[in-house]
Amino acid sequence: METKMINLKINGIPVSVPEGTTILEASRKAHIEIPTLCFLKDVNCVGSCRMCVVEATGARGLVAACVYPVAEGMEVRTNTEKCRQSRKMTLELFLSKHKKKCLSCERNHNCELQKLSLGYSVDEDRFKGEDFVLPIDTSTPYVVRDNDKCINCMRCVAACKKQNVNAIGPIGRGFNVHIGSAFDRPLAESPCVGCGQCIVACPVGALSEKSNVDEVWKALSDSSKKVIFYTAPSVRATLGEAFDLPIGTNVEGKMVAAIRRLNPYAVFNMDVTADLTIMEEASELINRIKTNKPLPMFTSCCPAWIKFIEQTYPEFIPHISTCKSPQQMFGALIKSYWCEKHDINPKDVFVVSVIPCTAKKYEAQREQMPDDVDVALTTRELARMIKTAGIKFTELPDEEFDNPFAVGSGAGTIFGATGGVMEAALRTAAHMLDGNFEVLDFFAVRGTKGIKEATYLVAGHTLHVAVVSGLDNARTLVEQIKSGEKSFDFVEVMSCPGGCVNGGGQPTLSDSVRNSVELKEARAKALYSSDNNNELRRSADSPVMTLLYEEFLGFPNSHKAHEILHTSYKAHKTI
Amino acid sequence: MNKKSDFHASAEQINKLKTVIEESRSVKGCLMHVLQEAQTIFGYLPIEVQTIIAEGLGISLSEVYGVATFYSQFSLTPKGKHRISICLGTACYVKGSDKILEEVQKVLGIACGECTEDGLFSIDSCRCVGACGLAPVMMIDNDVYGKLKPEMVKDILKKYTDKEANK
Amino acid sequence: MTIKELDDIRKKKEDLIKVRRLVKEEGEKLAKKTGYRKQVLVCGGTGCTSSHSMQVIKQLEESLKEYKIDDILIVKTGCFGLCALGPIMIVYPEGAFYAQMTPEHVKTVVEKHLVKGGDIVKDLLYQGTVKPNGDIIPFSDTPFYKKQMRIALRNCGVIAPEDIEEAIGAGDYAALEKVLTTMTPDDVINEMNASGLRGRGGAGFPTGRKWSFAKASQGDEKYVCCNADEGDPGAFMDRSVLEGDPHCVLEAMMIAGYAIGSNHGFIYVRAEYPVAVERLKIAIEQAKKYGLLGKNILGTGFDFDIEIRLGAGAFVCGEETALMTSIEGHRGEPRPRPPFPAVKGLFGKPTILNNVETWANVNPIIMNGAAWFSSIGTPTSSGTKVFALGGKITNVGLVEVPMGTTLREIVEEIGGGIPNGKKFKAAQTGGPSGGCIPAECIDTPIDYDSLISIGSMMGSGGMIILDEDTCMVDIAKFYLEFTADESCGKCTPCRIGTKRLLQLLTKITEGKGEPEDLVKIEELANHMKQSSLCALGQSAPNPVLSTMRYFRSEYLAHIVDKVCPAGVCKALLTYHIDEQKCKGCTICARNCPVNAISGQLKQAHKIDTSKCIKCGLCMANCKFGAIERM
Repeated sequence: METKMINLKINGIPVSVPEGTTILEASRKAHIEIPTLCFLKDVNCVGSCRMCVVEATGARGLVAACVYPVAEGMEVRTNTEKCRQSRKMTLELFLSKHKKKCLSCERNHNCELQKLSLGYSVDEDRFKGEDFVLPIDTSTPYVVRDNDKCINCMRCVAACKKQNVNAIGPIGRGFNVHIGSAFDRPLAESPCVGCGQCIVACPVGALSEKSNVDEVWKALSDSSKKVIFYTAPSVRATLGEAFDLPIGTNVEGKMVAAIRRLNPYAVFNMDVTADLTIMEEASELINRIKTNKPLPMFTSCCPAWIKFIEQTYPEFIPHISTCKSPQQMFGALIKSYWCEKHDINPKDVFVVSVIPCTAKKYEAQREQMPDDVDVALTTRELARMIKTAGIKFTELPDEEFDNPFAVGSGAGTIFGATGGVMEAALRTAAHMLDGNFEVLDFFAVRGTKGIKEATYLVAGHTLHVAVVSGLDNARTLVEQIKSGEKSFDFVEVMSCPGGCVNGGGQPTLSDSVRNSVELKEARAKALYSSDNNNELRRSADSPVMTLLYEEFLGFPNSHKAHEILHTSYKAHKTI
Repeated sequence: MNKKSDFHASAEQINKLKTVIEESRSVKGCLMHVLQEAQTIFGYLPIEVQTIIAEGLGISLSEVYGVATFYSQFSLTPKGKHRISICLGTACYVKGSDKILEEVQKVLGIACGECTEDGLFSIDSCRCVGACGLAPVMMIDNDVYGKLKPEMVKDILKKYTDKEANK
Repeated sequence: MTIKELDDIRKKKEDLIKVRRLVKEEGEKLAKKTGYRKQVLVCGGTGCTSSHSMQVIKQLEESLKEYKIDDILIVKTGCFGLCALGPIMIVYPEGAFYAQMTPEHVKTVVEKHLVKGGDIVKDLLYQGTVKPNGDIIPFSDTPFYKKQMRIALRNCGVIAPEDIEEAIGAGDYAALEKVLTTMTPDDVINEMNASGLRGRGGAGFPTGRKWSFAKASQGDEKYVCCNADEGDPGAFMDRSVLEGDPHCVLEAMMIAGYAIGSNHGFIYVRAEYPVAVERLKIAIEQAKKYGLLGKNILGTGFDFDIEIRLGAGAFVCGEETALMTSIEGHRGEPRPRPPFPAVKGLFGKPTILNNVETWANVNPIIMNGAAWFSSIGTPTSSGTKVFALGGKITNVGLVEVPMGTTLREIVEEIGGGIPNGKKFKAAQTGGPSGGCIPAECIDTPIDYDSLISIGSMMGSGGMIILDEDTCMVDIAKFYLEFTADESCGKCTPCRIGTKRLLQLLTKITEGKGEPEDLVKIEELANHMKQSSLCALGQSAPNPVLSTMRYFRSEYLAHIVDKVCPAGVCKALLTYHIDEQKCKGCTICARNCPVNAISGQLKQAHKIDTSKCIKCGLCMANCKFGAIERM
């Protein structure tokens, strides 16, 4: 059916948009940006903050542009005195109930409320009154909630709901509404999996990762410590955003150079353990298929997904690959192989992984492997360190990772996007099963669609695979598998919609950017083009893999590999 | 915040709740109904009860809690054996029901929303019980006391304490 | 049930009900036909039940048995309206209106009046029905009832609401029969449109238009909802209809269902209305049993079902989208409109929502025609409006008057004026969403538009009368406390605005107000009106704005002179003892809880204002009127 087009005028500029478009969307056509706070594309659209109020013919009072549909002949005015006064007072009301510790706030200069307050010249103390003071929740290893900074935009709640985790929600009524988990319990006691989507959704400083920056600074200035950094595949695709580079800029070289200027002992490439994960996981898959062990096998790279399964579907624990994630494999490898090789006491090593993810902070503390990684830093935290150190990021030369963990395959790089692990595993597994199998591009598992399914015929085996990103999709798929409606051999799950490029530890972009670009696609593009430009496309072909297995591990899934690179899981119920 | 729970429930109560959940789960939008029934069964809605409801209906505890804290009818704490409810609707207010509330609080030594230590009384305010002709009114359990004056409060409450003492 | 069976029930019960609508000779004649010598109606509404009308019924039954009287019918009805005089008992056919009955009084009435050859016990009658010369006038001629016109309340206080046959006898379901057998859905909507009926829940949207939008909407399923979440504190119109004539609501919802193409209705009713809920349940059950609800109603092929959903104490759920969110089982937060419920409402389906009183007008419009209905009232507001009259007024109760009746008529004639010789100061209409109408506007004819023009609104029909002892700043604060407490917290202007507005008003009542606070209040109030998401926030500032408009001097007195002219705001009061009048009896000193009063026996006493907590006990206890409050 053809969509009906609606003609209207926005600030006198005629625009034509499909029926059902909101004023906010339509205004972009007239190159006008209407300020928003509660609105977040694909996440939250409730019309509650009243920042985007505009005047529209046919409507009483002011209307919220983010939810108000256009109508034929409508005339919208977005910048009248009435609109400005209303927005100003809305801001003054927000600020009357906002902990204005802006100077030390993590979101200083990157805060939507601050930005708008400046623009509308508000008097931040116009309305005063006794406010309730809520405790800061620091119960989890990954997120800090300071509700006195919260503006009740509900974006975090919507993000959590979109994940279908529902760890948090609005509590109470009226002025007392605040966000928290049931019975105001600490977040650590809730079903929260640590994906951090709430943090990147937050327009202000109410949510932030629990920072480990100070620990890293301390280790860096401790002469007895050898600090090792390694960076996850997707960090190179997003770190540039923190330095105002275009979205999707691959800054691998500058990133390495910048970290090196923080003065660590070495900077390694986590693509290496991504490759290693593939070696182990592909072998495990083949083994499972050949020995009739539980299928489908689920990937285990994503710690939020692991926590989710342990909490929600413990009966599926035997289906999860026993491989540690690349982050944990790397830590384990450094503290065993690398230390042995360099005759260094593992106790003197301080392992810092840089990841796009908040759940990795939790993973680093898992009881099954508490010593592998000392600190997991988000992309945001790394950016902050670089800025604090006064490093002019954009002016840096490109540098390379340190050996022996410098080179990864393109397969390792695409781990950062949804479908990447699957594609990487298929490249190697297919080749392991059939030495003549030369296909390297598996297009069906690429793209940001929430659930992708594909079937491949390899060496007489029919492989049914699925790729899901976003926990709501994961839940859907697990339910389908549970009911017998679907069956697969191998399933990749990433908790964050779009995979790690859209992780909870990635740079927080301003609303005006987030609401107008397709973030996941733009970031993933950097990874796929890097893969495409890499001569090394298959993990098994990586010389580092050859080295590791020859010098240390023996062969994939060997006893030693199991000891160092594999882990176990435990059911724990939360509600 | 997270007070130690003194929740005790009989198997019969739990079964009753589970039956309610079973009967209601196919009804669209049944959560409020289930909460109302649960409150009738247990007198209040502690975490244990809300957990059973969340699991039974297949929704998150945070959603159940969000609903339970939105509506003033739901209580997260136990109420007194005798529930006093003072009407603060407009008709009663203009006839001085705020002074009745003050007096009840003074006599019992607890604030509105609280329960006496012996568990005998709890005080709440409400909006209009519909007996505007008798304003100002207060309800104790299902009995309405109308055309009140502050000095009448003591004697009314005494009726209840005496009754308890005689038991 | 077939149409014939319905007609038969109606015929069977018709006369019995008619007796209760007639008085004197006509009624007496008809009564003979019914087989009952007399009928005794006792109010079973919440107001009268609270003053123990159930004991009255019990005593009546016992006494009748004792006197072996078996030709008298006892009917437990809904509200008669004059709640201040409850429990009320009316004896037909003579129409004797007994007020403030006790079991003892009942014994007397049975012994002297209800026995064969007995006569009315004048002393126990509502004294408004007894002329100074001793003649009894019909209660319908008393000032309270004379100016009223009962359309929505036509059956309240007339029928036994728990008996569907009485409801049928009184005319319920006749409109449904007419609609299903002789009218097309368009006919129904045209009739509603022509009647000019506007929603009685507050905003006054034309009912027919609402229905026609929903009819035009495409949908595999549509819903008809009844808003019985009467949240205005001090309003009980809807409750009275539900308690007095629940079937009229069911019938009207079915008519709407037929008109818009819906087979499913929901009634969202406050859990705080146990009697209404119980009667609704009984009504639905009986209607199902009689085949007036369910499949193939009256053999016409029309199906309709109604479910009851209970609210749980949230004023905002009176807002239509919040109500629907609540029925869906969520936090009752309103949703942005458009989409309007007629397009996308309950469970995302086209939905119409009307409040109880609106529904109660449907049957008479269908039966008597749109022309009849629109001839009543004013040009833009046809029909009648029910008000819950309360506060400082003699006849507290439920009244229904044609639109266009003046406030003066309601206060002075129907309401019987202000008690204790006090002066009328203002009438508050529309509850927390409305405003205060001052004495200078007392001759305003009341309809939707006139109320808005004077800064108030119809609201659902709460009308609280305020006298000179009421502080208008305190009243505004009272309403803001209410809306701040009841704000759902979704949108910013309402969530934070109500709180800040309340804080500013509190500051003023505590004597800490500054002149610029008034500017702040006005700006904030206008902001909330303009930018809030739903009607709760948009109208929450009305009590403040209207009191500031008409009683600005009172605000200024609090702010500039630091006095509360009405003597309400404690922080601004001082008590002192008139030495001339004080006899030195020491009672005040003994009653003072903080020992702020000193003085020798038989000598004038003094209050230490620094200790005084302004509780007013001294003044209440002084026998000589020596204590003054300033």
